[in-house]
Amino acid sequence: MAKHPVNLKVNGDEHDLLIEPRKTLLAVLRDTIGLTGTKEGCSTGDCGACTVIVDGKAVTSCMVLGVTTSGKEITTIEGLASDGELHPIQQAFIDTGGYQCGFCTPGFIMASKALVDENPNRTEEEFRFALGGNICRCTGYTKILEAVIQAAEEIRTAS
Amino acid sequence: MKNFEFFEPTTLPEASRLFAQEHAQLLAGGTDLVIGMKASTETPQTVISLQKIPGLDGISTDADNNITIGAMTKVREVELSEDIQKHHTALAEGALEIGSIQIRNLATIGGNIAHASPAADTVAGLLVADAQVDIASADGGRAVPINELFTGPGQTVLKPGEIITQFRLPNPTSGSHYIKHKIREVMDLAFIGVASAVNLENGVIKEARIGLAAVAPTPIRATEAENLLKGKIPTLELLRQAGEAAAAATSPISDLRCSAEHRKEMVNVLTKRTLQRAVARA
Repeated sequence: MAKHPVNLKVNGDEHDLLIEPRKTLLAVLRDTIGLTGTKEGCSTGDCGACTVIVDGKAVTSCMVLGVTTSGKEITTIEGLASDGELHPIQQAFIDTGGYQCGFCTPGFIMASKALVDENPNRTEEEFRFALGGNICRCTGYTKILEAVIQAAEEIRTAS
Repeated sequence: MKNFEFFEPTTLPEASRLFAQEHAQLLAGGTDLVIGMKASTETPQTVISLQKIPGLDGISTDADNNITIGAMTKVREVELSEDIQKHHTALAEGALEIGSIQIRNLATIGGNIAHASPAADTVAGLLVADAQVDIASADGGRAVPINELFTGPGQTVLKPGEIITQFRLPNPTSGSHYIKHKIREVMDLAFIGVASAVNLENGVIKEARIGLAAVAPTPIRATEAENLLKGKIPTLELLRQAGEAAAAATSPISDLRCSAEHRKEMVNVLTKRTLQRAVARA
């Protein structure tokens, strides 16, 4: 089966690659490009650990074929900090202790970033519902939610 | 995942010709197909992506409030569309019930319908919107009313090479509501799904439509219950009778999610509830 040429724009860097069509975006990011911050949990779209942002939208990268993302802007957890400065959402997860084992954290942070970018004025209840596609098996949801609300507040006051 | 040949055609005739081959599968949002390929329940030799074909996505509303939804429109766009929230509330509510935001950003309304799950969350809303399904093929196209599209679980009237291109929703002038009966707040499949739409004229029901999901081999309209409502004042007793008539029209199965008896009883309850809300919104 033929490999397909793709041009992936990941965290501002362009990657010209030849990939098998069966490779998911998650596999391409982790195995081909070497960005292992994005995690593989369930691999069926249920847990949200593999969440990345494609053209401004949070998606579960385990359900996306890499060949269909050529030319799109992809942001992973590695792309959030700039000039050594953490993104407010990353900092908020540290400040509140919004992680335990840390495996779900990149997915939660990427899902939260897309939510806050879309609308930082959500209520706690709305954030809770909107993060329903991310699972923390350490069950540390209280601190995760605190982190997202703190970051949203910061971003609201800064803008 | 088994390997396959991958195509990204840029025209519908080209896509249709590729799709008419044996062991070919269309790729829209991928939320069903990619997972199916990983589990080897889907083993296509050819996968045809629809994303490079122009004109298949987006929602447009004409001056008479007729709404067209492209098949490749993301479910999240359907959920957030102000026109759909206003004119086809049940459909927007159904879209919101699918998976997570991450999944709704990928999944398309065309995929949700073409996959033909009897439990699809957008189907009851499209049934009560009386949607027409536009279908393209290499030698032209046709339109099929949504209530004639499904023939069984995972089965439709679509022939090899036929591709759903858009859904046309006539001006409803009605209120509607969808309830998904489920256990979890998000990321759950429907035990059953019920949508009702009602048009009122001087306090009398001019027209009522009831769409039911996951209560029969295909999504269905409860036509006897609809006829019962026509021309009458929507009293609680009448809506209760409609609930019973809708339940009588179902032939649910028992499965790991719940029993057939529970499904039937909940059709009764939720038909009444969705009708109440639809009347209030009409």
